[in-house]
Amino acid sequence: MSVFDRYEMVCGVETHVELATKTKIFCGCTTEFGGEQNTHVCPVCLGLPGVLPVLNREVVNLAIKAGLALNCEIAEFSKFDRKNYYYPDLPKNYQTSQYDLPICKNGWLMIETAEGQKKIGITRAHMEEDAGKLVHGGETITTSDESYVDYNRTGVPLLEIVSEPDMRSISEVLAYLEQLVQILEYTEVSDCRLEQGSVRFDINVSLRPRGSTELGIRTETKNLNSFSSVRRCMEYEIARQAEVLDAGEKVVQETRTWDEGRGITLSLRSKEEAHDYRYFPEPDLVPMVIDREWVEEIRKTLPELPAARRERLQILGLSAYDAEVITSSKGLADFFDKALRQCEDAKSLTNWVMGDFTRLLKANEVSVVDSPISPEQVAEMVNLIEKGTISGKIAKSVIEEMFATGKDASVIVKEKGLAQISDESALIKIIDEVIAANPASVEDYRAGKERAIGFLVGQVMKASKGQANPGLVNKLLKERLG
Amino acid sequence: MELTAKSAAELHTLLESREISAVELTKAFIERINAIEDKVKAFMTLTEESALMQAAEVDAKLSRGDKLRPLEGIPMALKDNMCTEGVRTTCSSKILENFVPPYNATVAELLRQAGAVMLGKLNMDEFAMGSSTENSAFHVTRNPWDLERVTGGSSGGSAAAVVADQAVFTLGSDTGGSIRQPAAFCGVVGMKPTYGAVSRYGLIAFASSLDQIGPFTKDVRDNALVMNAIAGHDPKDSTSVPYDKPDYTKFLLNDIKGLKIGIPREYFGQGIDTEVDKVLRQALATLGSLGAEVEECSMPHTEYAMPAYYLIAPAEASSNLARYDGVRYGYRTEDSEDIISMFKKTRAEGFGSEVKRRIMLGTYALSAGYYDAYYLKAQKARTLIKQDFDRVLEKFDVLVAPTAPTVAFKFGEKSTDPLAMYLSDVCTVPLNLAGLPGITLPAGFAGGMPVGLQLMGKPFDEGTLYRVAYTFEQNTDFHKAKPAFSGEVA
Repeated sequence: MSVFDRYEMVCGVETHVELATKTKIFCGCTTEFGGEQNTHVCPVCLGLPGVLPVLNREVVNLAIKAGLALNCEIAEFSKFDRKNYYYPDLPKNYQTSQYDLPICKNGWLMIETAEGQKKIGITRAHMEEDAGKLVHGGETITTSDESYVDYNRTGVPLLEIVSEPDMRSISEVLAYLEQLVQILEYTEVSDCRLEQGSVRFDINVSLRPRGSTELGIRTETKNLNSFSSVRRCMEYEIARQAEVLDAGEKVVQETRTWDEGRGITLSLRSKEEAHDYRYFPEPDLVPMVIDREWVEEIRKTLPELPAARRERLQILGLSAYDAEVITSSKGLADFFDKALRQCEDAKSLTNWVMGDFTRLLKANEVSVVDSPISPEQVAEMVNLIEKGTISGKIAKSVIEEMFATGKDASVIVKEKGLAQISDESALIKIIDEVIAANPASVEDYRAGKERAIGFLVGQVMKASKGQANPGLVNKLLKERLG
Repeated sequence: MELTAKSAAELHTLLESREISAVELTKAFIERINAIEDKVKAFMTLTEESALMQAAEVDAKLSRGDKLRPLEGIPMALKDNMCTEGVRTTCSSKILENFVPPYNATVAELLRQAGAVMLGKLNMDEFAMGSSTENSAFHVTRNPWDLERVTGGSSGGSAAAVVADQAVFTLGSDTGGSIRQPAAFCGVVGMKPTYGAVSRYGLIAFASSLDQIGPFTKDVRDNALVMNAIAGHDPKDSTSVPYDKPDYTKFLLNDIKGLKIGIPREYFGQGIDTEVDKVLRQALATLGSLGAEVEECSMPHTEYAMPAYYLIAPAEASSNLARYDGVRYGYRTEDSEDIISMFKKTRAEGFGSEVKRRIMLGTYALSAGYYDAYYLKAQKARTLIKQDFDRVLEKFDVLVAPTAPTVAFKFGEKSTDPLAMYLSDVCTVPLNLAGLPGITLPAGFAGGMPVGLQLMGKPFDEGTLYRVAYTFEQNTDFHKAKPAFSGEVA
């Protein structure tokens, strides 16, 4: 019997996303990832005595943009607060964050589930500064004699996006995360480089008996940085909590950490040991008054979001599945849209973009933004098929050649003499030769065997080295055999 | 008159007329410091070498026939909580004993650009927490009027150095009276500007929403000259205000006819020494005789200022001082087993008892379950106190009050009783909560010790304070009095 027959899972997620600014939130240091340790630092982000923060306006712009994309209310009055706790990667031993007046609140995003669309609430999104990184001298934090701190990441701007506890299955959680990351990527609020830790998830999960409406006791597992870790962590945590409940015990409300290597979660601190962060308004920054004109200016810069884009593509005649694939990354969707501007046949373009084009990208291990051929070139190739200049079969070799050389399809067709024969007089000459050479098939056709025409078309194609226009051949043959 | 006793304005004339060189002037101050510093102990660090180099640059300029700006070549010193690139900045704390900042505070940079010559850094109460400079982790500073008495604090070194002629002017910081109270105790002019008028960038924070830097000078004119150099908007300080900075010397008019001066009665009540009260009544009579309209008024929420201050300032301090943990700079305990014990021992060994007391007070005030009752309530009281000021300043151009309830007290007199010590700021704290400007100037003597007259004004109206102070000064001689103390006779 599955755990889910007995229990319903309730999950909410806190997502920390690095905002795509060039400089840090309160100083002019670069936000670039990596770099030699402690080189992307200055007195301000090192929290030296006497320094003061100056808010990077671009951080506010991006936070507002994310909020609008997530259907949030944008606060007219917002402020920063200090969250006080001691940790060596936090140079001031407080984090400048937002407490009771976050910049965004009351939003939502839509996910696709097996039962149809579902709205997931966004409680709030607030701006804060990232901390540094600890490097331990030994194998692990407990066996090290010394630890070192790299403050390059200190002060990189973060947006913390808090969802409502609206998710009821692991697949809903994953759908939410995928949607969220897609939206942040689409809006260029973040690079969303999960492998570099630029997006991190805290998973709050609890179980309750099926049919119960009260929330169970939850645990929070911190700092997951991939979808697969989220899935594995949730599988583990749900099984663990179910075991506790099955034994008639209570889940302990606590913060846990995910051990990727062992595939388990471990207790970090209980509710009793939880920090008292002693939040209070940041006296070194003045509160922000966000006038509506500012918000509207940013709204104008919002790109078409994935859901709207999928809808538009479906109206153009794409299937739901095709629209999903095309919009799965902003790069591919942008490529498609650019090609579509120069291409009449959306369906055929879809097939080529999702088929051979994507296959070639994968085979050559290049991303769509680095594609050696432009959207306009793909559009031209598809147009050549539609105009009857080349056949689909020829096109397969043409796109390979385009990928290898970057040449336009029309150039390749011309250079290699690949244009279809659509000249009727030339075709009739070949057709007459084929009729003369295959009297048996001609007899069969005339006796009513429709299938025989296929063989004859094949023979014409063969004789023309594949360059005959098959549609025209079919029509002319039928006329000839009358 | 000794060179070192002269004002910046007088010395500027001497430098420009080439009667003295900047190097001679700086050397005169170094000699003066060397002669009396073991008695006064105003300094934490001396920077003789770089001072002489700066002075030589000024002389080079003079020999080219260039004009000098008002503070060019004028020897001065900074309170040791203002960061100076390459010069140790301790906050008079063991925890920062060997801290050498890699950058300059905005005020240090502005004075450097103005050509002022820095002689060194001045003693203070540790992290500016105190009212007597007895809380310095290193040594006390003695009041030149009576070496058995305190200078006041926390900017005790800044006040003492000016009255002892160890510097022409100094800078201090005022969170709850730390410029005005020691200026009054030492008989010099001290200005606490409007919050946001002078950049706090590079001022090691005590309480961010209250801290403000200002000048100590021998007279009002010098004070206006220094304000001209240090005031103004700084993009590095988000709380500094973009405003039209006037030329403050334009307000130095010997005329207060028709100005309305309010006397808030709450400042003259219980706890004000009768001798001090007498001196101030005389000063008020003087102001009246000079043509000001002097009238009593009421600011009913004044009594809440002390409790509100002692919740807000420690709360901010508990967070501001969290960074001193031994990880990156400053003192680190030699004996720790892990990171937590390193934090704890570093702070236990590195901070003095008053600093620890305020960190504990502030931590408590911000704790879950207590925030609303303490911090939030204190902020509400702060709003009421501000409203009191707004209301009376609609009617009056300036308000007059004592700077401190008593004259400078003796060493040890209050250092064992924190509450008694805190009460010596009762007349200065409300202004910080309201963010308004205030100046203190010598108004007479009680028992041989100087008494300060405090003038409080409207936001960014330091000019009117200078006008009233200048008029009082021009019509009295208190600022010319010098302590009997000299290098030879103690």
